[in-house]
Amino acid sequence: MSERFHEITITVNGEEVRERVDARKTLVDFLREDLALTGSHVGCEHGVCGACTVRVDGVVVRGCLMLAVQCDGGRVETIEGVADSNEIADLQQAFIERNALQCGYCTPGMLLTAQELLRSGAVPSRETIRVHLSGNYCRCTGYQAIVDAVEAVAKARASQ
Amino acid sequence: MTMKITDDSPPILSALDRPNSYIGRSVPRPNLARLTQGRAQYVSDMTLPRMAHAAFVRSPHAHARITRIDAAAAKKAPGVIAVVTGTELAKVITPWVGVLTHLKGIKSAPQHAIAVERACWQGEAVCAVMAKSRAEAEDACELVEVSYQELPAVTDAETALDPGTHVIHPELGDNLTFERVHVAGDPDKGFKDADAVVETTFVFGRHTGVTNEPRAILADWNPGEERLTVYQGTQAPHMMQNLFAKHLGLEEHQVRVVTKDVGGSFGIKVHTYADEMAAVALSKLLKRPIKFVADRIESFVTDIHARDHRVRAKIGVKNDGTITAWEIDDLTGIGPYSVYPRTSGIEANQIVNLTGGPYTCPNYRARARVVFQNKNVMCQYRAVGHPIATAVTEGLVELAAAKIGMDPLEIRRRNLIPDDAHPSSGPSGIKFEALSHHEALAHLDAMMNYAGLRAEQKRLRAQGVYRGIGFASFVEVTNPSAAFYGVGGAKITAQDGVTIKLDAQGAIICQTGVTEQGQGAEAVIAQVAASAFGVPIERVRVITGDTDNTPYGGGTWASRAAGIGGEAAWQAGKALRANVLACAASILQATPSDLDIRNGSVVDRASGNERLSLAELARIAYFRPDTLPPGFQAELMATRHYVPRAWPFAFTNGIQASYLEVDVESGFVTLIKHWCVEDCGTVINPQLVDEQIRGGVVQGIGGALFEHCLYDERGQLLNGNMADYLVPMAAEMPDIEVGHVVTPTADSELGAKGAGEAGTAGAPGAVMNAINDALRPLGAKPLTDMPFTPGRILQALGRV
Repeated sequence: MSERFHEITITVNGEEVRERVDARKTLVDFLREDLALTGSHVGCEHGVCGACTVRVDGVVVRGCLMLAVQCDGGRVETIEGVADSNEIADLQQAFIERNALQCGYCTPGMLLTAQELLRSGAVPSRETIRVHLSGNYCRCTGYQAIVDAVEAVAKARASQ
Repeated sequence: MTMKITDDSPPILSALDRPNSYIGRSVPRPNLARLTQGRAQYVSDMTLPRMAHAAFVRSPHAHARITRIDAAAAKKAPGVIAVVTGTELAKVITPWVGVLTHLKGIKSAPQHAIAVERACWQGEAVCAVMAKSRAEAEDACELVEVSYQELPAVTDAETALDPGTHVIHPELGDNLTFERVHVAGDPDKGFKDADAVVETTFVFGRHTGVTNEPRAILADWNPGEERLTVYQGTQAPHMMQNLFAKHLGLEEHQVRVVTKDVGGSFGIKVHTYADEMAAVALSKLLKRPIKFVADRIESFVTDIHARDHRVRAKIGVKNDGTITAWEIDDLTGIGPYSVYPRTSGIEANQIVNLTGGPYTCPNYRARARVVFQNKNVMCQYRAVGHPIATAVTEGLVELAAAKIGMDPLEIRRRNLIPDDAHPSSGPSGIKFEALSHHEALAHLDAMMNYAGLRAEQKRLRAQGVYRGIGFASFVEVTNPSAAFYGVGGAKITAQDGVTIKLDAQGAIICQTGVTEQGQGAEAVIAQVAASAFGVPIERVRVITGDTDNTPYGGGTWASRAAGIGGEAAWQAGKALRANVLACAASILQATPSDLDIRNGSVVDRASGNERLSLAELARIAYFRPDTLPPGFQAELMATRHYVPRAWPFAFTNGIQASYLEVDVESGFVTLIKHWCVEDCGTVINPQLVDEQIRGGVVQGIGGALFEHCLYDERGQLLNGNMADYLVPMAAEMPDIEVGHVVTPTADSELGAKGAGEAGTAGAPGAVMNAINDALRPLGAKPLTDMPFTPGRILQALGRV
């Protein structure tokens, strides 16, 4: 049987962290429990709801479907990181103005998933926005306000 | 009663039209920025020193005697702090019985925090394991050996009352929890007078709230101060304070309930959950903080379910469209216990209350029976009873319209209670202060371009495309008075309070008993307080969710926060304004009535010229009171409470429409557009009202098309995960247009009623009617069995 605990080194939101982790620990549990980055949430724990969405090496992933040890040597960005870097300041502002969040639990994942779509620079149709966000569960809003906010940011970015 | 149609930014109502009023404006919520930055604080995020995590061993059987629990191996497992059985925990916490005296005859059995001797549903906790981490606690749960002797499982509500069926709680005599029979007018004559009678059976699938953050609690008993602090994602902190104290043998002042951010509630988080009571008791037993967060499977098998109703229903109608009689027979299975303290009789009771509610026909016969069964418990979930009563009523109305060949809006025009006929009452006797059904219908007709859609529908049918239009008029219970729970003996307060104080720099701090779970209660309180007192909204801070630091209040449920909490804020703001003006007058040697507070300053009422900034007033009052006239004491904190007294509930009304397309080959439904016109009285924040409606509509659509807790005949939940239990996601949902009619309640100065249930109340009925409208030309059997899955639609079409 191979080692259960592993030393890993990950760059999280630009800071290098070295931790000894249980091989079975998911990335989102590692972020929340070991690093106290509680902005990434746990909703369904099997990859359906998207509350745990984070970026690993620039790609949006489900923090509950990846193990922390798989990220050894990699670069992880969470909502705390992209918020502090102002990368999505316009998107956050649009969510606030449009009331595109109610309880806020899905919001970090929703923002990161929306940013993935918006990074292409195109102005997606409402249908494309809906399909892109279709892996992120929101029980509160009914989604329309979120679609409105993402659409508004796409248009604003395109006109800059 | 003034009534007017509003657009997205309704003009400010004159009675509330103070300078710089925020009432009627879409002000952004003050607490959103941190939620977009990952800086929220949900209970699931919290840790405390010495905290242990609880995990539960849960019954794999729907009904079983627990013959032996061997925890020896679990106690030795890594990280384990303690293993506690139900019998051991019962020494710390007393069981409870979920009954209310105003639901005549309702009965239930004592429920324990952890099962004692017997488990009554699959998922009931039978043993708790506390460990340093949740993962270690779960590991050790695997090592607890529980021996069960299976007992007969009662799973079918239809046979629960049969003489041969096992009685779940023998001491109760039978499996009947509650029964209500109501007869009004002359239903027999009504059906005799009818030209046509439509009779059918509506079935509503059991579903659940699926809050994105599961239930979470962190209980901290501190023996040093004999005090229990509970951080809990709840909608009703003061109710929980009472219950924790009562069942742990404490005084209420020894219990503090703190509610920070809550990741969704929808009625799921307003009940007593055995595992949460266990966590609190375990903290007292083990003298250290205990955290429990339900995982997703635990949520599916223990969060309250709702809506599992079978309603046989009948309507009589004349050829001119006049409805002559209603009849319903509702049967619902609510699990093995009536949920504490609100009971599991309320949804059935609401169905009896609300059926036929929008219409003038007074002839009504209703029976509702609530039975025990060995499935997870059912209780109040968003829009309690409304989606069922509305779908039944509106389903009958549209089936009757089709039978006599009348347009579905026309039959409503001929039967909805006239807008000038109020006060009035529904067939069950429910009292309406003032409703606007016809105004709402006319607004909807124009907003959706009904005639245009009918033309489009006809044109597309010729091309083999089957689109349907369905409606649902509804009434909605909001602003509940003590008639809802208090009169039945539950310590659930209907009143609420707001305290506002002027801080030392002239800003105001509002403490309120209503709570925030995303609806926007904090924004509403801030808007009302800023308007009533006279400061910019940036100078208002709202504190909610802390029994130590807010006035005693009910919390946020049943669409009460804006209407009840808002009115308390309005009155408190006015009271503080009077106090501050008295202080200003003494400083300025003026008459209080010549002064006002506007935009953060004391001004001359007539000219609006600034006389004194609030910051300067606060400086003098707090730091140089020696300069005030002798005998004058500034009172810079005011509290006011409010409870509706004139009406048991502030009923609102509205109408929804669904436009959809059914693929008759696959049975798939595509939602094209949805409309809702509702009347919640004074609109404090149009954006928040619209978003309550939209979110509610989508939750209702979930029940109509997707959501279903599937049990087998042995009481095993078959789809307790989010891959198999379908919820509405962005791609399948339509855009939803919202319109308003404004009929303020005269019971409060603010005139606001609630809006949280309206969307969920009407959507399932509107979608059902639209599907049946789409399939009518194909001769399909009307669909009345929710959720309307593709398989069921193909069955109705006779294609499978």
